[in-house]
Amino acid sequence: MESGFGSDFGGSGGGKLDPGLIMEQVKVQIAVANAQELLQRMTDKCFRKCIGKPGGSLDNSEQKCIAMCMDRYMDAWNTVSRAYNSRLQRERANM
Amino acid sequence: RRKESKRACPGRKGAELGEADEAELQRLVAAEQQKAQFTAQVHHFMELCWDKCVAKPGNRLDSQTENCLSSCVDRFVDTALAITSRFAQVVQKGGQ
Repeated sequence: MESGFGSDFGGSGGGKLDPGLIMEQVKVQIAVANAQELLQRMTDKCFRKCIGKPGGSLDNSEQKCIAMCMDRYMDAWNTVSRAYNSRLQRERANM
Repeated sequence: RRKESKRACPGRKGAELGEADEAELQRLVAAEQQKAQFTAQVHHFMELCWDKCVAKPGNRLDSQTENCLSSCVDRFVDTALAITSRFAQVVQKGGQ
C-alpha cells in the first residue's frame, strides 16, 4: 500500500510537476480517508443495532445481522446522497 | 525574465509548477474540496438519520425507511435555514 501514498508528486527531481499526476494521488488519499471514515461509522452503527448483551463471541445471528447492516448502511448512504444532491440542486435553482 | 512561480511543495528542491499549471491545480483542488465537503455532509446526515429511520436491518430498505431518510435530509436543511434566518433577525434586533 506504500507506493501510492508517498510524497512523489509526479516530478522527476528538477523537472516540471504535473497537476494531473498530483491530483491522481490527492484523489486516492481522499478516497482512502473516506473509506476509513465510512468503516468507522458503519462499525459503530452496526454494533449498536446488532449486538445486545456482549457475549463470549459473535454468534450466528449477530454475524448475519452485521452483514445485513453493512448492506443497509450502504443503501441508506446512497439514498441520503441522492436526497442531498437533489436538495442542493433545488436550492441552486432558486437562487 | 519569467517570473518565478511559487513552489508547490516548500523544501522540495528543483521541482516547480508553471503558473498555468498552478492555476489549473488550484481549480482541481477546489473541485475536490467541494466533493469532500459533500461527502462529509452525507456522513453527518447518516449519523443523524440512520438512528431516526432504520429499525433493525433487514434484507432491503423498505419504502417507509427510504422516505424517512430523504425527509430527514430535507428537514435538516429546512432546520438549518430556519435557524440561520431567525438568528439573523435576533441579531438585527440587537440580541433582544
